[in-house]
Amino acid sequence: MTDKGQLDASEAHLKDLLVRGLAGEAPAYQAFLRDMSAHLRAYFRKRLARLPDEVEDLVQESLLAIHNKRHTYDAAQPLTAWVHAIAKYKLIDLLRRRAGHDLLSDPLDDEMDFLAASDSEASEAKRDVGKLLQQLPDRQRLPIVHTKLEGLSVAEAAQITGMSESAIKVGVHRGMKALAALIRGKP
Amino acid sequence: MKTDDLVMLLATGECAVPEHAAQRRYAVVLALGMAAAGVLMLGLLGVRHDLAEAMRQPMFWAKCIFAAVLLLASLLAVLRLSRPGASLDRVPFALSAPVLAMWGLATVVLAGAAPEQRLGMLLGSTWDVCPFLIALLSTPTFVASLWTMRSLAPTRLSLAGAAAGLLSGSVGALVYCLHCPEMGAPFIGMWYLLGILIPAAAGALLGRYVLRW
Repeated sequence: MTDKGQLDASEAHLKDLLVRGLAGEAPAYQAFLRDMSAHLRAYFRKRLARLPDEVEDLVQESLLAIHNKRHTYDAAQPLTAWVHAIAKYKLIDLLRRRAGHDLLSDPLDDEMDFLAASDSEASEAKRDVGKLLQQLPDRQRLPIVHTKLEGLSVAEAAQITGMSESAIKVGVHRGMKALAALIRGKP
Repeated sequence: MKTDDLVMLLATGECAVPEHAAQRRYAVVLALGMAAAGVLMLGLLGVRHDLAEAMRQPMFWAKCIFAAVLLLASLLAVLRLSRPGASLDRVPFALSAPVLAMWGLATVVLAGAAPEQRLGMLLGSTWDVCPFLIALLSTPTFVASLWTMRSLAPTRLSLAGAAAGLLSGSVGALVYCLHCPEMGAPFIGMWYLLGILIPAAAGALLGRYVLRW
């Protein structure tokens, strides 16, 4: 198969996983995020050769962003364009915070390359998302811990915590957004 | 937490999202923004007293269509700029079409008028308040659309802010049509446009600060 053919195939495969995930199929969504973390890692590693310590943190930040913003994906749109735009935005956001575009070791406008590279060797993240999770208020932390770490259903989490089911859902939703803000270093 | 564990965490629990989230959110923004602009207009300015009379004149409708087409085109821009990787495509043409049409009409009108009347036609009798009142009526939509845009995922922040400003300016202009006594194309092509551009400029300036995610 040609390179182009391979890229088209990965695009179609990942898009299928995401579309099924957005329809509620958790295993497809998990496979999508796992593949995506490898593509993100390769993308950031190549472009942040001078900041290798930041790579894994940025991979995690981008995964959380993809998750929190997944409602902005439109199946009529190429998946590559969507994830590349998010990855590029997060990279520029990091550089802006670090105030130095000269830290960049590779050009940014190569959307076509995004799926071409993949890197499944994770390095250690400097910032521990698990610890950040502990900083969230109980009404957000408990719903996330019960439904997302322990894998309980919304109903079970509601029973354990004494919160209503809608409060659990809202808590998860707001908690994930708060987590993304903590990761970016905002109050 | 390792990245694989984070993936597990993200994929566990509810992963489904409702379709067309952006479209539905902006529908609410427009409904609320227009209602609030209507209330502001009725409370502060009042409907023009000769509205029934004015509605029989084509220029009244040309003015409304000008604002409505700008509203639709800027809504397209807002929807696209709220989504990572979506291109603007032909939206800039859709945005410039109503402006160019109004300028064309204004040129014809001015060319046909006596030279000493032209300045008066351009200034009308309310040029000094028109842009500010349109900007005022646009504020509810301005706040609501920036708020909503933040809940989506704009990646070109200044452009996205400008589009949100254009959308709210167009809402303001459309509602202002019901109050404003001006009926001349030169006036509309100048002062209405300026009124719409005030929130657009504000959005472009604020975008990079308020839209970050």
